[in-house]
Amino acid sequence: MSVEVRLPTLLRSAAGGQAIVVADGDTVGDVLRNMALSHPGLEGQILTADGSLHKFVNVYLDDDDVRYLDKLDTKVQEGSVISILPAVAGG
Amino acid sequence: MVLNDSGEQYLTIPVHIQKQMMAWCLSALPEEGCGLLLGPADRHTVTDAYLAKNAAKSAKLYSIEGRDYLRADRQAEESGCEIIGVFHSHTHTDPYPSSTDVELAPDPGWHYVLVSLCHEVPVMRSYRIIDFQITEEPILSEEST
Repeated sequence: MSVEVRLPTLLRSAAGGQAIVVADGDTVGDVLRNMALSHPGLEGQILTADGSLHKFVNVYLDDDDVRYLDKLDTKVQEGSVISILPAVAGG
Repeated sequence: MVLNDSGEQYLTIPVHIQKQMMAWCLSALPEEGCGLLLGPADRHTVTDAYLAKNAAKSAKLYSIEGRDYLRADRQAEESGCEIIGVFHSHTHTDPYPSSTDVELAPDPGWHYVLVSLCHEVPVMRSYRIIDFQITEEPILSEEST
């Protein structure tokens, strides 16, 4: 199924300036991998080389952090929205 | 990058928002206070401050939860704005980015506003952090009408 992925401002230039892109997949990981195939500039920005989530990025499925669900194996539903968020922290 | 007539980068934060940010940081003591700065896409002016919980619950670190970021992003979108920066307090040091702030700065397009609470009155400064280089920028205090 097709799912909306919302990008933070920092990553929009890698997706042709779009704030929202649509990608196919049954899980969060599938959607993100397919998104990177369509927008190669996003490759390595969200997922590491070994396919896990980059530590400076948070991924939410609707209102939930996928780290507390099934991570990249979390199933998406029709109408789900995936949000990519920068981790904001400092000292 | 926002430049004034003299070619300097700057950030406008209306006085009432500066007061709101300082009050939030004071209320967070002894921990660091933090929040996100919302404004139009030209990143020239702060039109709203999203006051976030410090998920790190620390006097030396701050962290904004993804859920707070999502709420701020939705609030920004509803008002035709974007998240254009972040603010946090230093409870015992000057308003200058720490090495941790520089290392973790998420977006070179953002403004990084520091509120120091180690002086008699809170002191606010704004910076750009690009490729680990810190550049201070003036804060203009125009009051919105």
